[in-house]
Amino acid sequence: MAKISVRGVEKSFGRKRVLDGIELDCAAGESLVVIGGSGTGKSVLVKCILGLLRPETGSIRIDGVETVGMRRADRERLMQKFGMLFQGSALFDSLPVWENVAFGLIEGRGMARDKARDIAATKLAAVGLGAEIAELRPAELSGGMQKRVALARAIAAEPEIIFFDEPTTGLDPIMADVINELILKCVRELGATAVSITHDMVSARKIADRIAMLHKGRIVWHGPTAEIDRSGNPFVDQFVHGRAEGPIRMEVRAA
Amino acid sequence: MSAFLAAIGTVFLGFLRATGRLVLFALLALRAGLTPPFYPRLILRQIVNIGYFSLPVVGLTAIFTGMVLALQSYTGFSRFAAEGAVATVVVLSMTRELGPVIAALMVAGRVGAAIAAEIGTMRVTDQIDALTTLSTDPLRYLVLPRLIAGLLTLPALVLVADIIGVFGGFLVGTYKLAFNPSAYLARTQEYLQTIDVVSGLVKAAVFGFIIALMGCYHGYHSRGGAEGVGQATTHAVVSASIMILLFNYMLTEAFFSR
Repeated sequence: MAKISVRGVEKSFGRKRVLDGIELDCAAGESLVVIGGSGTGKSVLVKCILGLLRPETGSIRIDGVETVGMRRADRERLMQKFGMLFQGSALFDSLPVWENVAFGLIEGRGMARDKARDIAATKLAAVGLGAEIAELRPAELSGGMQKRVALARAIAAEPEIIFFDEPTTGLDPIMADVINELILKCVRELGATAVSITHDMVSARKIADRIAMLHKGRIVWHGPTAEIDRSGNPFVDQFVHGRAEGPIRMEVRAA
Repeated sequence: MSAFLAAIGTVFLGFLRATGRLVLFALLALRAGLTPPFYPRLILRQIVNIGYFSLPVVGLTAIFTGMVLALQSYTGFSRFAAEGAVATVVVLSMTRELGPVIAALMVAGRVGAAIAAEIGTMRVTDQIDALTTLSTDPLRYLVLPRLIAGLLTLPALVLVADIIGVFGGFLVGTYKLAFNPSAYLARTQEYLQTIDVVSGLVKAAVFGFIIALMGCYHGYHSRGGAEGVGQATTHAVVSASIMILLFNYMLTEAFFSR
């Protein structure tokens, strides 16, 4: 049984159909990377799986349990299986770093603050950050450090499934590689299932067991990472080689 | 003609939809407060933000309002030799109307805008989604503490505004208009009834809830980056101000209509 199973998911915003019948599986312990250009619906797909958006049709199953239309209380319980690293880190700027990392433990699981603080320190260390930044506010950190804190927050509650939304966007190549290494390390240590979305092929090749390509709301190709260069799919070839010419036409305006 | 009617119908339906969304939002937030976890620390923090930090602006507005009220009442009433009613007019105007309305409008500008900007920024930077992924209901964590704080804090602020406003009237009455201080105070108490103060405090509670609700609602639904947050802030202040004036009339009608 797949850890995550997405069947026939459709989601529109106004007249714009962003997801148009997505079919996707992710096995337990697997690292799946969804690639695709900007505006192809990658973030919407992840938000649908997380339950932040509700698809119009289709089925999303986690561990075989249907999650579309789930009751609020059940959804809150399900959320405890998830960790999420947001594209812009989405750290709470009113809280110090340690409270950001410990937030899910304190507020979501009712853990005592002292115990949660110790766990936060351990997780910060796991992503290479020292105790000296624990009292700083997120705004006092560089972009790379914010990403690390966001990663520490995503893994703090030791989730079964971790989502990474554009984990390396906006970082220099060295910091991007550091983040990729940390993602690999954290996911392996937790034995978690990972779903990442990115348009950074270096990152995709590094962290993915399997890659799926999303174009115009549909999965146009999926397969093992090793096969991405011989996929025979014109969409994948154009995207992987970053060519302007090909079947993918970049839309100038968002619909 | 039919196009004209259709346009009116569209606007009316839009108004009903917006009202429905707002009421649903408030009910969902209130329902979230029925089950744990509860966040007393956050409510306390919001009470300090909304109440304590609004004291200077509300106090200043109230004292000048009381002062100008005494001055205007005097110049108006002296035309028909009714200067003696100045103290009564000041205290009744402050407690029944001006205290709650002026304080609420000032708090709407200061706090309503701040709430919309804070929650709006959290929305456009994915912080609200992050709360959800961390098993925390944003309505319970962000919205409900502000609603409760608004509801509890505005009456206290209005009580302070009433006292300072009456004091402002007293200053002008005794130092500028040469009323006898003890006579002025006696006239202030003479016609003041409990309902005058209580109606103002009930109004304040309703206004406080409205200010917090509009700030939260517009911030929560803001979209499109900095511009969207700016619009949310404007909408929060404008809609709260209009609703304050609307509900002020309705509550006055309910309390004092015979």
